[in-house]
Amino acid sequence: MTRKQRRLTIIGGSLAVLALAAALVLNAMRDSIVFFSTPTMVAEKHILQGRRFRLGGLVQPGTLERGDNLAVTFEIADGGAKLPVAYQGILPDLFREGQGVIAEGALDASGVFRADTVLAKHDESYMPKDVADALKKQGHWKDDYGAKANGSASQTAQGVAQGGKQ
Amino acid sequence: MIAETGHYALVLALALALIQSTVPILGARLSDPALMNVARSTALAQLMFVAFSFAALVTLHVTSDFSVVNVFENSHSLKPMIYKITGVWGNHEGSMLLWVSILALFGGLVAAFGNNLPLSLRAHVLAVQAWIASAFYLFILITSNPFLRIANPPIEGRDLNPVLQDVGLAVHPPMLYLGYVGFSISFSFAIAALIEGRIDAAWARWVRPWTLVAWIFLTLGIAMGSYWAYYELGWGGWWFWDPVENASLMPWLAGTALLHSALVMEKRNALKVWTILISILTFSLSLLGTFLVRSGVLTSVHAFATDPTRGVFILLILCIFIGGGLTLYAWRASTLKQGGLFAPISREGALVLNNLFLTTACATVFIGTLYPLALEVLTGDKISVGPPFFNLTFAPLFVPLMIAVPFGPMLAWKRGDLVGAAQRLLAAGIAALIAIALLWAWARGGGTLAPLAIGLGVFVIAGALSDLAERIGLFRMPLAITARRARGLPRSAWGSAFAHAGVGVALIGIVCETTWNSEYIATMKPDDVAKIAGYELRLDGLTQRQGPNFREMVAQFTVSLDGERLSVMTPSKRNFTTREASTTEAALLTRGFSQLYISLGDLTRDGAIAARIYYKPLVLLIWFGPVLMAFGGLLSLSDRRLRVGAPKPAKVLRGLQAAE
Repeated sequence: MTRKQRRLTIIGGSLAVLALAAALVLNAMRDSIVFFSTPTMVAEKHILQGRRFRLGGLVQPGTLERGDNLAVTFEIADGGAKLPVAYQGILPDLFREGQGVIAEGALDASGVFRADTVLAKHDESYMPKDVADALKKQGHWKDDYGAKANGSASQTAQGVAQGGKQ
Repeated sequence: MIAETGHYALVLALALALIQSTVPILGARLSDPALMNVARSTALAQLMFVAFSFAALVTLHVTSDFSVVNVFENSHSLKPMIYKITGVWGNHEGSMLLWVSILALFGGLVAAFGNNLPLSLRAHVLAVQAWIASAFYLFILITSNPFLRIANPPIEGRDLNPVLQDVGLAVHPPMLYLGYVGFSISFSFAIAALIEGRIDAAWARWVRPWTLVAWIFLTLGIAMGSYWAYYELGWGGWWFWDPVENASLMPWLAGTALLHSALVMEKRNALKVWTILISILTFSLSLLGTFLVRSGVLTSVHAFATDPTRGVFILLILCIFIGGGLTLYAWRASTLKQGGLFAPISREGALVLNNLFLTTACATVFIGTLYPLALEVLTGDKISVGPPFFNLTFAPLFVPLMIAVPFGPMLAWKRGDLVGAAQRLLAAGIAALIAIALLWAWARGGGTLAPLAIGLGVFVIAGALSDLAERIGLFRMPLAITARRARGLPRSAWGSAFAHAGVGVALIGIVCETTWNSEYIATMKPDDVAKIAGYELRLDGLTQRQGPNFREMVAQFTVSLDGERLSVMTPSKRNFTTREASTTEAALLTRGFSQLYISLGDLTRDGAIAARIYYKPLVLLIWFGPVLMAFGGLLSLSDRRLRVGAPKPAKVLRGLQAAE
């Protein structure tokens, strides 16, 4: 086999694998991408029932209710709008009222967000970045919160990033 | 005083690095051995100063000197000693100092043990190392100085993030950094080869052991991090396809490819240009990982905070080194001579296939990790790319790779015999089919894919074993001859068999855990019994306990199987007063390779506690596999060829070295 043939074989094979990978990526991109929304965006955009997305905002104080069998309900608010959330399971250690959270799931027929995952960050004063950005954009960013988040939280949050999973 | 001395030592290290990055190159241009040898002494001195600086920061943490910002923000006088030490790298500034310390360590090792390297190559390699080092010293000194003081020192510190108060922090980051930063050596060798415009098989023989060392540490570091997340975060998950995890997986995939292509280069003097490229890419991905984690551009399951100056600075470093490396490659790669010929069906061909699939898999991870970032910058849309994406892209690409793994070592160099290899793998194939058939008959639930995937794992393991059997002539020759052949077999052959078997072992663990994992979540009162996978777990009671810097609530479970009492499990929930944060300490009970896992939730008003109980079959194989891989790497590293086989430099060069 000459050098040229060898090169053609290798290039051909590589292109085949790359084409396969591209097809896989495009296919996966179509089905498994999850968008991020805030309650205000949900109210404006009218997201279809059953479509999965991530909902971010602050847990509205006074709305957390625990039912039987680890069922919990609470409201996520972003200053503009509120959305009721239902979840069954154990909430993360740092889940508190008034704190930023991200829930992943879909809306049901009655307009309740059924979450199957709830994420709270590993730091008591840390605001999830998506939530912070969204609140800032809407002008609901509290300055004291921002100062706190930029000061102390940045240290610890970085620490978690590094140690927790880096 | 200690803080100022540490800071000063770091500045001196920067100065040394600047000398090291220029003078040796000048020496190589002028062919002046004295100037080239400056690289060696500066690299060693630089290591000394950085080590001093690091020791200073450790001392500050150990003595709880709260007049230093870094100590104040991450330490507490009541914190146990081990966390005072590990807390040094449990924060941004300290971990960057650890990063440069390890970089200096690798530079120092090349300087100390590179005596038989050609003088100009060593000068170039150490100079490139110094470029990287200078960039990161500047980064630390300008944006992340760990030695800053507070004007009015507080009496007590703010404590280390509770999640990090675990032995995992002692092992995981240093291991991972040894891996990340270890790839800087192959990067420096690649750049040095491009600058010199010369590369031969000896080059690969130098690069391989360094790459292997980095790869072993990165493998262990990733596995360790995964196990840490598994038991510490209390979710029972071990891999989340989180951007931060992907940041460490990408260099691993590229590094694995590099390990294999360097083999082709060493043995057959082929794939030179590709090996250089993959060396550059591997370290680029390590830098990218550092950028993703340190700059805070990503939203991740793990907390991040943004500091724009740091992000921009690292991005700059990233652009200079990746851009510079690739530009140099584009410019000089054509000057490197072409290597030997080989047929597509051959050991070389198999290794090319390996590289092709590993780099493609790496590319899909790259896309999945960076696409959300790019989209947000371009359109402002926020999306998240989660596990489904990676399962749909990464897994299909790994299947053909796994099928090919046992064939590789069976094929001859230059021109292989696929039919012959298939015949020798017959036993492995039969073993895989038996495993699939048994699982289909026995296992309930989990669909049809799981038995097939486990069969694939069995095939990879059995393939590695039959390769060994084939080489030592097991069952074909008398036992005495077999034993002698086994002793005579190069360590690298044992190493690759172990490493390949490790991949199969990990695959089996992953499939078993994800398919037959059972979960039980409920609120439990004392004397309640939970039943899971045949085990009975009775909640005996809840007690409060005071730890050194936390209070904890401990639940005691009695575990029994078929009415027979086995053991006691004590998961707990800790409350750290200083940070008002709580952590969940999961309790694990190991049964063979399987585990029972309990983590606690919140107390309800009527005194019941939420508990999450998992039974995870064969879950330990997930980490046992990487440990086998790393052990294989270690065996390979101890191969005679790598210790004594390195070619001696020509006489003239030895004469030059004497002038040092």
